[in-house]
Amino acid sequence: MSLVDLATTPLRELNAALHQLPPDTNNTQWTIRNPRGQHAIAVGIDAPIAVEIEGHVGYYCAGMNQQASVTIRGNAGVGLAENMMSGEVRVTGDASQAAGATAQGGTLVIGGNASARCGISLKGADIIVQGNVGHMSAFMAQAGNLVVLGDAGEALGDSLYEACLYVRGKVASLGADCIEKAMTEAHRAKLAALLTKAGLNGAVDPAAFRRYGSARRLYHFKVDNVSAY
Amino acid sequence: MCGIAGLFLKDEKHGKALGSMLAEMLAVLSDRGPDSAGFAVYGKPLAGRVKLTLRAAEEGYDFEALAGRLAAQLPGEIDLLTRATHAVVTVPEAARPQAEAWLRQAAPEVSLFASGRAMEVYKEVGLPRAVSARFDLPAMTGSHAVGHTRMATESAVTTAGAHPFSTGPDQCLVHNGSLSNHCALRRSLAREGFTVETDNDSEVAAAYLTWQMGRGLNLGAALKAALQDLDGFYTFVVGTERGFGVLRDPIACKPAVLAETDDYVAFGSEYRALAGLPGIEAARVWEPEPATVYFWERA
Repeated sequence: MSLVDLATTPLRELNAALHQLPPDTNNTQWTIRNPRGQHAIAVGIDAPIAVEIEGHVGYYCAGMNQQASVTIRGNAGVGLAENMMSGEVRVTGDASQAAGATAQGGTLVIGGNASARCGISLKGADIIVQGNVGHMSAFMAQAGNLVVLGDAGEALGDSLYEACLYVRGKVASLGADCIEKAMTEAHRAKLAALLTKAGLNGAVDPAAFRRYGSARRLYHFKVDNVSAY
Repeated sequence: MCGIAGLFLKDEKHGKALGSMLAEMLAVLSDRGPDSAGFAVYGKPLAGRVKLTLRAAEEGYDFEALAGRLAAQLPGEIDLLTRATHAVVTVPEAARPQAEAWLRQAAPEVSLFASGRAMEVYKEVGLPRAVSARFDLPAMTGSHAVGHTRMATESAVTTAGAHPFSTGPDQCLVHNGSLSNHCALRRSLAREGFTVETDNDSEVAAAYLTWQMGRGLNLGAALKAALQDLDGFYTFVVGTERGFGVLRDPIACKPAVLAETDDYVAFGSEYRALAGLPGIEAARVWEPEPATVYFWERA
């Protein structure tokens, strides 16, 4: 087990050590103390390790993550798990804006609230938010799932492509081309699997959610508009 | 970019450490704003007297002589405290308009940054840590304070363009963002008799709040009105003699973090700025919602 105290170890040293881990590393348990809101902590890991961060982190924490399981005991700043490829990122508190932006794979679990633009341009990851999400969440999201146990802010799913959105609470408004869709048995099963991933199996009823998706009117080219180009 | 730090103490416990707490917060925010720094510190309100914060272009300006000339014009006693390029001149409250008019007319080489029963304002070009040290911020005490580190976008890197801006007694504002309707608003305020001294957009926002509070609104209500009348990007932190307010624009363009304990409310552009505060581990830490007024006032 490795214990890194960021009060005494420079952040670059920590990140460099994480980047040098070979795929078959035995050094799989990392604890990071005193993050004190620093930016870019545990960014760019590509190894099957578990990282525990004890405290609040700044911007872009666990960005570009591959394989690793990163847990933050506190809040996270802007761009948590940005462009994650695989693995899992959990934050026990709130996440600021653009959590999970462009994430292509893996699972992001937010224990508290997420601010604006959660899952912006999502490309395949699963995001489960136990609190609320702010405005413009899932903006231009292309693939993957956003599950919100609380409420969603204005313009949810604006200009959405093929991501699936499940919200249990109130939606302040839907963005352009985002519509409510029927919740079938298949969707409930898919949602149940997502909730299980977040460790919420049994605790939350999939039937309490509503599903939102793209009306697909915005991104298909319409021949009627050909003269506009 | 820009960085904002603010502290509102709920009791006396940290009063003596107010300046050192704010200085540390501003130092952390250097990389959000290395051009200039400034702060407003609220001490115990004086009874029947007001402090005028003056700023000269050069360190070594003879504030003693200026205070002597001013004293000859006014009834009652005058006190003077000089800190680097700034001086705080304390005059009888009743003589404030006369003192301000005389300073503007007889000492045009000196800028009058602020006036109030409780507030002093200091700002200069330079790195935040250097600016804090120059004015001995770590030794300052009081009940609340607002600070700013500036990365200039809408107007030049000058001390006049540094924050906080004060446009009314004991009122100050710091701003991260840029306003898009400040020219139109400046003209409307001019029609109401408000002169905005610099070409800075943030000063227009400060004057707007002063105008609203002059019409009888409290700080919270004035901030609510600002949501309708101001267009652009903003995170504001505002101080009054007894109040402390925070407002973000409806799309929350600029960052903000609030923390609250039994002893204080703290604002930082980023959590990093709050990380050194006493008891922060147990504080409630959250991101203020867009278009929502946060406002605290002492009894």
